[in-house]
Amino acid sequence: MVYGVVLAGGIGSRMGRVDKPKQYLTIKDKPIIIYTLEKFVACPGLEKIIVLCPKQWVEHTKNLVAKYIKPAEDSIAVIEGGSSRNETIMNAIRFIEAEGKLNDETIIVTHDSVRPFVTHRILQENISAAKEYGACDTVVPATDTIVEAVDNKVISSIPDRSKMYQGQTPQSFKALKLKNMYESLSDEEKEILTDAAKIFVIKGEKVALVDGEPHNIKITYPYDLRVAKSLLEDEEDD
Amino acid sequence: MINTVYRLVAPRRFEIAFEDIDIFGKNAIVRPTNLSICNADMRYYLGTRDAKVLAEKLPMALIHEGVGEVVIDPTGRFKSGDKVVMVPNMATQTDDFIAENYLRSSKFAGSSMDGFLQEYVEISPERLVLLPENIDMNVAAFTEIVSVSVHAITRFERFSHERRDVIGVWGDGNLAYITSLFLKKFFPESKICVFGISKDKLSDFTFVDETYLTTEVPDGFTMDHAFECVGGNGSPIAIEQIIGLIKPEATISILGVSEYPVPINTRMILEKGIRMFGSSRSGVADFAKTVEMYREHPDIVGYLGNLVSSVNVVRKTNDIRDAFELDTKKAFGKTIMKWEE
Repeated sequence: MVYGVVLAGGIGSRMGRVDKPKQYLTIKDKPIIIYTLEKFVACPGLEKIIVLCPKQWVEHTKNLVAKYIKPAEDSIAVIEGGSSRNETIMNAIRFIEAEGKLNDETIIVTHDSVRPFVTHRILQENISAAKEYGACDTVVPATDTIVEAVDNKVISSIPDRSKMYQGQTPQSFKALKLKNMYESLSDEEKEILTDAAKIFVIKGEKVALVDGEPHNIKITYPYDLRVAKSLLEDEEDD
Repeated sequence: MINTVYRLVAPRRFEIAFEDIDIFGKNAIVRPTNLSICNADMRYYLGTRDAKVLAEKLPMALIHEGVGEVVIDPTGRFKSGDKVVMVPNMATQTDDFIAENYLRSSKFAGSSMDGFLQEYVEISPERLVLLPENIDMNVAAFTEIVSVSVHAITRFERFSHERRDVIGVWGDGNLAYITSLFLKKFFPESKICVFGISKDKLSDFTFVDETYLTTEVPDGFTMDHAFECVGGNGSPIAIEQIIGLIKPEATISILGVSEYPVPINTRMILEKGIRMFGSSRSGVADFAKTVEMYREHPDIVGYLGNLVSSVNVVRKTNDIRDAFELDTKKAFGKTIMKWEE
């Protein structure tokens, strides 16, 4: 079974002075998270969707689902996220396990709730790559030169840009494999692993690349929200 | 839902745009799977349409020949995963005498509104026709052009007298191939003769009775009725030849599109009492009739498969451009895009 796992755990601390998490801000009177969920609902390969959000926003999120995408309500479960990104993903896997659906074939397509421009192709290719490789990450080739500064002051190296990519989401995994690997990590290791794909990498497992899109933007800063709004709202002028 | 639309903004240049579509509204949502490039799309792509027309219509998503799978249908007529052909004509009114594709108020995908070059197509379930489950989707992709032939033949049946011993078809391209194939199915007793300029192309018309080069028509040849499927610069000479060879009281069906006005020999039209009628596009009923023919005569789908010139997987915007560029180089057949974008 293939699950969509929409991560809405962030409280939007980078968004500036906003009164609610960025995924609940609206574009054309519809919350960003709903646009993202619609993409998951329309993707035929995804059988069920789990939304993970801060505890105090669970009921609000359920209400939004009921208000905007009621016909899909039965295929969307809204549950509480965890203390970190990986803990949030683990909550999703525990939910699947509690449903009795966790086995070697279970795939999770994890995605930021603030990337509403994800496309059908990206989702489908994630499902295929996760089935084939066990894990995949959505990326775009780096357009800016990446520099590394180990001491955060001076450049220690400049990697070859042609081999550099910028990570987007979705990241997709065989859920049971991810869980087993995560649980084998020490608490210290868990602490430094902010990215689920990295769990596979440090364990020497392959993580396939899926082509992302430049427009699969993450709405992180006020600037991004303006970009997202202009991309969609210009249509009204046509 | 944010839907990605791939619009032609200028000749040879596609750009993406986003549109919020209602996935739980009154329309169905279809995921396109196989799209076919038509000459009309190429006229926009290459910028050979009149500059004023281009300025008025672009930016616009091209493609009006396409099939897909139903994602959501609020009416319940189609279930998720059903394979369907999408009807590009969208009627906004009904008329007791004028067919939907001739009503000036109708809209047409890839001409007066966005075509099917989209991530998802929001479309009325009324404009969807269910395809047989096991059909070759690369062939089904160009059902629209097939339905145009079926539409013209249906009208021909209405307009022409019933002596149909010999029917001539002018042209050796896609439309002539399809029209002569269907004429043979609709009128198996009729002798179908195809006239073209390429021996090589004519050799593919194995299902008809005779093929001739237009320069080598046998002395004394005549026919009861004819279909012109030439269009473009070849229109005047084809129509002139048809009028010269055809019997009195014949009916001539004009199907070839020409960008320029074509002079015709009205003296001979009058003398022979010829009926000449034009057909363009098609409606839902024509699509349904076409798909019914696919079911009844599976060999049709096989013959139409010979028209597939290339199948191109499209995952990124650049792949769209590559498919269109490839279409500029083909001599015959249809360029299909396997839509994975």
